[in-house]
Amino acid sequence: MIVMINGTAHEVPDGTTVAQAVRTLTTATAGVAVAVNDEVVTRGSWETTALSDSDRVEVLTAVQGG
Amino acid sequence: MDELTIAGESFSSRLIMGTGGAPSLDVLDQALEASGTELTTVAMRRLDPAARGSVLDVLRKRDIKVLPNTAGCFTAGEALLTARLAREALGTNWVKLEVISDERTLLPDPIETFDAAERLVAEGFVVLPYIGDDPALARRLEQAGCAAVMPLGAPIGSGLGIRNPHNIELIVEAASVPVILDAGIGTASDAALAMELGCDAVLLATAVTRAQRPDTMAAAMRAAVEAGRLARLAGRIPRRRYAEASSPMTP
Repeated sequence: MIVMINGTAHEVPDGTTVAQAVRTLTTATAGVAVAVNDEVVTRGSWETTALSDSDRVEVLTAVQGG
Repeated sequence: MDELTIAGESFSSRLIMGTGGAPSLDVLDQALEASGTELTTVAMRRLDPAARGSVLDVLRKRDIKVLPNTAGCFTAGEALLTARLAREALGTNWVKLEVISDERTLLPDPIETFDAAERLVAEGFVVLPYIGDDPALARRLEQAGCAAVMPLGAPIGSGLGIRNPHNIELIVEAASVPVILDAGIGTASDAALAMELGCDAVLLATAVTRAQRPDTMAAAMRAAVEAGRLARLAGRIPRRRYAEASSPMTP
């Protein structure tokens, strides 16, 4: 299936979790938050939340701003 | 300096810093140290795997409280999601609510801002909304449960100072929550003026981070905020049209 991770299309196996999607970008878990299709997925649920085809995964962190 | 209290939390510095615009994390770190700030904003963006170092490490090292903002949001819905993500990533329910109307002026959209503020307050956030210098909107946001109001002096990054000091005074007179002058500060006298007008704190970034010597300007801003606060507490003399001799006029 295809999922979008931070705006880039990725071909991933069925059953891929949010945690696996995050690990394509970083091994860090602190200071990072994830939304799937504009809904926050709390860190405690990353390993148990499976993605579906066409899901939009956003992985955010704090940067200089404001 | 008397303490600033926002939502029950006290700060001995009345200078709130932003982190945008610094050429490097080292320069930012030196400026933050010189500013004496205890509360500093960050933005939320897509994680960049190539990024080296983190603004969070700088803030943590200096024991500065992080204040996530919703910069870049154009709608209440976007701001809500950004605030929720910031809470998840940073473990704070504080948010500087910033919903802009267009990229040319970056002026805050009052309708979307108010909508987002009501919803964020209902979700338990400590909401500090960035707004125009509008006394009526400031009052409505306070009534909606915001922990502070943050009227602009002038557009973000413009360095134009406080364009409408009268409106800032009107906001201060009516407010029971802290008033934080946000955006438009260009140099130290602007920050001092904000405090003399009765603002409880000043938030600035560009004026320091894009100064030729950021750490020196940060020290200037720190001194200006303190001087302005003291002058406000001291109570200035009334303005007069004509001279009033300070020495006896008789021989």
